[in-house]
Amino acid sequence: MDAAEIHRRLRDKLGNSVLPEIKENEWPVIGVLPAAIAESCRLLRDDPETAFDCLSNLTAVDRKTDDLIDVYYHLYSYGHRHKVNLKVSCPRLDPALPTVSTIWPIGDWLEREAFDLMGVNFIGHGDLRRLLMPEDWVGHPLRKDFVEPEEYHGISTRRESLLKL
Amino acid sequence: MSTTSIEIGLERETPAGLETEEMTLNMGPQHPSTHGVLRFVVKADGEIMRRAIPDIGYLHRSIEKISEKVGYHGFMPYTDRVDYVSAMQCNQGWAIACESLAGIEVPRRGEYCRVIACEFGRIASHLISVGATAMDIGAFTPFTHALREREKINDILEELCGARLTFNYMRIGGCAWDIPPGFIKRATAFLDAFEPLIDEYNELISFNKIYTERMGNVAPVSAELAIAWNLVGPNLRGSGVKYDVRKDEPYSVYPEFDFDVPVGEGKMGEVGDCWDRYMVRMDEMKESCKILRQALGGLPEGPVVAKVARTFKPPVGEAYVRVEGSRGDMGWFVVSDGTAFPVRTHIRTGSYSAMAIVEVLSQGLMIADLIAVIASLDIVAPEVDR
Repeated sequence: MDAAEIHRRLRDKLGNSVLPEIKENEWPVIGVLPAAIAESCRLLRDDPETAFDCLSNLTAVDRKTDDLIDVYYHLYSYGHRHKVNLKVSCPRLDPALPTVSTIWPIGDWLEREAFDLMGVNFIGHGDLRRLLMPEDWVGHPLRKDFVEPEEYHGISTRRESLLKL
Repeated sequence: MSTTSIEIGLERETPAGLETEEMTLNMGPQHPSTHGVLRFVVKADGEIMRRAIPDIGYLHRSIEKISEKVGYHGFMPYTDRVDYVSAMQCNQGWAIACESLAGIEVPRRGEYCRVIACEFGRIASHLISVGATAMDIGAFTPFTHALREREKINDILEELCGARLTFNYMRIGGCAWDIPPGFIKRATAFLDAFEPLIDEYNELISFNKIYTERMGNVAPVSAELAIAWNLVGPNLRGSGVKYDVRKDEPYSVYPEFDFDVPVGEGKMGEVGDCWDRYMVRMDEMKESCKILRQALGGLPEGPVVAKVARTFKPPVGEAYVRVEGSRGDMGWFVVSDGTAFPVRTHIRTGSYSAMAIVEVLSQGLMIADLIAVIASLDIVAPEVDR
């Protein structure tokens, strides 16, 4: 199924929660409002015509200049071999999205990673802990305004330049 | 990496009036049989695991953040470190992602050189995997045999790019160097010697009674489960799903080559068990040899790299490309804002989902089988943490 058809089906069911334009790409981008993302994912997975059985990737991108955080969901269907990219923009101050970890189990770790590194809150996740960074780390390192701490547990993060002998 | 929050409280159960305690064991960081710095918190009832909780992050080197600081060309050597057992495909993933952003065409000879490099890389990586699997469950000899051949591949790749582990061979737009004189002859001679050895390995270990008993029927993954957990590559094919990015979402010049996609058939038990995952890798080495012979035989003339500006500034946009790495479908996501530095890079790797599924697979297994499961999933720790 081509992306325009997937888009039309989504808009039929969810109306204006799905943005009208579609960006043609290798992974066609469909914009979705934050509140509707889990519902869109569930519809796309459960509809036998679309059958997106795999969450290939989930990434958050910090767009500091627009004061937004974009979250990308790359969905793939092994049955139909088609793909789509759902994109959600949420406010940078308090990014919160409904979880998709109940739809695809791999969403569990991908969401924990997005929370850990970018500070996106996934409501209903149930176990939203840091995944890669240490538990007591402060801040979300992939944010553009993240300032690297001077030291961590007494270990300095600064080093003299090796070129300066 | 979140040690403290995994509750370490003991559950007490009293079936038939007997008081039993659930044990919480630490496996790792750095268990000799695990591949890199891994850690599992194992909740066990005697020898049987309730579950093994993977605790990752020990090898997190913030590679994605580094990409935002070093620019597109400068990031290439870092991609080697994403999966250092099989760095060529990481090079290729990054190169293709950047080329897709900027719409760069790679010269055909460059594509062929990439395929040659990647397929040698795949054989080298699978050799480590199958050798280490055998070693992990107690057979030491196959590992030495596998490493002997891997060293020869390292020699070949060293001829190609001067490095044996972290290659930094590819560039945006092609490859760094053309193949050296006499390379095709030496590479073909290696293949001639190596192909019969795969059968020898199979005789040595794959169909060994002890080995098949130990690997067959252990932790089978159904096709649905594998897809839902986004298992990729040999792990997915082990579950009987005939899917290979090289075939099904072709990139580079792979459509020009004739090769098969081996899948698990459940010969030693259930489809998708440890033995199937292992055997898919064995069979894939043969297919890689097939591709290599065709690529070495049909190498076109011409340049190996396209002209790309030194300050590479792709247009505004985003690209998500997938390449078939040794541990499967590897996703490279890049966002550009038109400057010389990417806004965001995300790398979704094969070992990541393989690691995530361990918690589910481990339920009800023997502790000793956890080692077989990790080995058969071919988890490479740096790839999980990046």
